[in-house]
Amino acid sequence: MTRVHDMGGRFGDGPVHPDPDDAPVFAEEWHGRALAVTLAAGSLGQWNIDISRHARERLSPKDYSRFSYYEKWISALADLLVETGVLSEEDLRGQTSDEAHPLANRALKAEAVAGVLANGGPADRPSNVPVKFEIGQEVVTARPAANRLVDGGHTRLPIYAAGAKGRILMVHGTHVLPDSSAHQLGEAPEPLYAVVFPASQLWANPEHPEDEVVLDLWQSYLEPL
Amino acid sequence: MPHDDHDHPHALLPPEPALRVKALETILTRKGLIDPAALDEIIDTYQNKIGPQNGARVVAKAWRDPDFKSALLKDATSVVADLCYYGRQGEHMVVVENTPEQHNMVVCTLCSCYPWPLLGIPPGWYKSDAYRARAVREPRKVLAEFGVSLPATSSVRVWDSTAEIRYLVLPMRPDGTDGLSEDELAALVTRDSMIGTGLPKVPS
Repeated sequence: MTRVHDMGGRFGDGPVHPDPDDAPVFAEEWHGRALAVTLAAGSLGQWNIDISRHARERLSPKDYSRFSYYEKWISALADLLVETGVLSEEDLRGQTSDEAHPLANRALKAEAVAGVLANGGPADRPSNVPVKFEIGQEVVTARPAANRLVDGGHTRLPIYAAGAKGRILMVHGTHVLPDSSAHQLGEAPEPLYAVVFPASQLWANPEHPEDEVVLDLWQSYLEPL
Repeated sequence: MPHDDHDHPHALLPPEPALRVKALETILTRKGLIDPAALDEIIDTYQNKIGPQNGARVVAKAWRDPDFKSALLKDATSVVADLCYYGRQGEHMVVVENTPEQHNMVVCTLCSCYPWPLLGIPPGWYKSDAYRARAVREPRKVLAEFGVSLPATSSVRVWDSTAEIRYLVLPMRPDGTDGLSEDELAALVTRDSMIGTGLPKVPS
């Protein structure tokens, strides 16, 4: 049921080590290359953001834990390129040909970069799923926290918030459902809410009685209380 | 369908990360699937053009102009779009205001979601296991590691960015900043103060 990326609340990770404000954006030159290769490959249009997130989550727990941040990106990208048929395993082995690829006409050009980054990729969509909850209403999250469409599939309900009682804080409109979109089952847009939980709903020993955690959760993750 | 393949194709690439990136870049370039000049452009954008100076500008404006602030808290996406700060990973913006009674702090426990057009690429610690794991459960201990200590009269509200909504914290304006210009105020706004792990600088 669990995947290694779902680490909210986990014990044992040690202290956070803040960087100074003037630390370089990319600590190593290859970090920037990894980010840029990933963004440029994404603009070939062969996957969406949910598919790419899930590709990182599907790294084996051993790889996910030992890889640094951008190693996860580049390794998941290689996996995705092969899974989608853009590259073959022979290509990755270096036994590649220099023939123009059928998708080469989609390659992101330098002059298009500014426009692509500025346009972004909004996730809100019209939906005919009626809005079920209003601000202030009490709700409870699904338990277990899991994709209901695909076993072991992508979901954005963290384990630590499964079966927790909270209250609707904001209604964000209707957004693409990652549980469906990550598996090419359609965008299935539905209402998305910010839901606020008292820390005492989530943790055995909250630090302060008034502390809270807010999560953005889709309507199908929630039931009325 | 989730493709839990134990022989992940990435294992075919060189294991050393810099070489792994280089190998994949070379393969994709030879096939005409990426343009190295586009990669340079992407890196230049996030290294030199888009960063926390954008968010600091928004905060300074909000500190000086009550109408701007109320519009920002109501509909941040359109307000920052008017300043040309719309873009990738900032398509749906929400700004949350710190008050003496409530401190806000942002995390993404599942990956590394972050408001790129306003803050740039997230710092290493934001993407670390320690921050992702602990910020939701023990925010005050994490804040102490950043040198921030909150009074017991202030609650902490941690925002776990689990969807495509991106959160920016509007920190409290420091005392002694009456009459400062927008530029002078923006210089006090640190990146961490807009994530909620820091406080703005105090004028010297």
